[in-house]
Amino acid sequence: MSVALSAPDIKRALTRISHEILEKNQGASSIVLLGIPTRGAHLAQRIASIISEIEGVEISCGTLDITLFRDDLRLRAPKAIMPTTIPPSGVENCDVILVDDVLFSGRTIRSALDALGEIGRPRTVQLAALVDRGHRELPIKADFVGKNLPTSKSQSVRVLLSEIDGRDEVSIEGEAG
Amino acid sequence: MRHLLSIADFSKAEAISILDTANELARVSDGAVKKLPTLRGRTIVNLFAEDSTRTRISFEAAAKRLSADVINFSAKGSSVSKGESLKDTAMTLQAMGADAVVIRHFASGAAQRLADSQWMSGSVVNAGDGTHEHPSQALLDAFTIRKHLGLGKSDLEGLSVAIVGDVLHSRVARSNILLLSKLGAKVVLVAPPTLLPVGVESWPVSISYDLDSVIPFVDVVMMLRVQQERMTEMYFPNAREYSRYFGLNSDRMKSMKPGAIVMHPGPMNRGLEISAEVADSSRSVITEQVTNGVSVRMAILYVLLTGGALEAGGN
Repeated sequence: MSVALSAPDIKRALTRISHEILEKNQGASSIVLLGIPTRGAHLAQRIASIISEIEGVEISCGTLDITLFRDDLRLRAPKAIMPTTIPPSGVENCDVILVDDVLFSGRTIRSALDALGEIGRPRTVQLAALVDRGHRELPIKADFVGKNLPTSKSQSVRVLLSEIDGRDEVSIEGEAG
Repeated sequence: MRHLLSIADFSKAEAISILDTANELARVSDGAVKKLPTLRGRTIVNLFAEDSTRTRISFEAAAKRLSADVINFSAKGSSVSKGESLKDTAMTLQAMGADAVVIRHFASGAAQRLADSQWMSGSVVNAGDGTHEHPSQALLDAFTIRKHLGLGKSDLEGLSVAIVGDVLHSRVARSNILLLSKLGAKVVLVAPPTLLPVGVESWPVSISYDLDSVIPFVDVVMMLRVQQERMTEMYFPNAREYSRYFGLNSDRMKSMKPGAIVMHPGPMNRGLEISAEVADSSRSVITEQVTNGVSVRMAILYVLLTGGALEAGGN
């Protein structure tokens, strides 16, 4: 097991992503952050509070559970359904930024786009991921990446966040190759 | 979990996970999204060899909200009324590629028979078999109780529930006794001795023959329908006497604890086991039970048709 991102690395990456989001969207006025449970939801919260600090305004932040929209439900044991909370102002004509911890096959994000389509029609949908580990199975790309981690398919990337795990760390498990 | 046959088959944790799943699904139904793609392309057959309104349309609505294809099949107007056996019916459904069969049958054990046989490979959901069990009703009742009185807890520890009336013929009572006691609630049965089954003393319940002495102390009064269609003998002298001793009327309702609720699985015999004032009162959660039934049945279909046991945690 090797540590890819330490706690200060994660903090810096999220701060940079927050600035990039503001730069790309020319401010925070139309931004809605939607985190994908479990860890993406906490990351979205953190990015929202960093952006609020920078801009001095409240940021709409929610969660978007994609379990019921997965395309592999037939193949795997069902996951517990996590709450979906959409900010009361909705997503209509907003710039929605999906936040997830690890971007891998891209299937979670495809499901998230389907789930989002049921809720409303945002002006744009963007994607922020703490880690992009490659091996995409769908034509999906992140707009904001904390760190690109080259991995082999047999390895697994483990993200620990203090809200759930008591400390912040990203590590790679298993042998490369 | 592949089949839902009896409450006895699953653990407290599994029961709670179904209730939690139903809770999230209810929030989905409340919101803008009424239809989910989760079971797209799966076929669910409602096989009803006994009359039902609520349960059948509830399962149908649940399946449709999850985008499954639903085939309704009732004994009347099908080959079952020509004498086709359960086996032949099941093999027909298998040949048509049913992924799940929701079965309501007048014979106790019919769902178990279907699940144990090699007649079909899909999941079997027991939607009421004779006087045995009605697990989805018990789950929706527990869901409703938890929502009103659960105080944010996951189980029903510390609550007491009176189940009143025709326990002898009631599969709803059997499933509820198992589930409510599994979730930590205390259950008291109130019925004339003639309407309690043999062996009831071995159940995890206490028994009373006097409704007035129980009502002031319970959090939930669950009234059962007097199942006249199953009654082959005289179980009580007449309807007026039954109603006087075991019916819930507005006078009895006044002695209930503050916040206590009245439930009934339906269909009601208004004026017999429950008076119209009580059924339509603010304590009655009877129509809410129906609403919750759809969410709970969505959760059941989700758990059964996506294969395997529930995993804790997110993605």
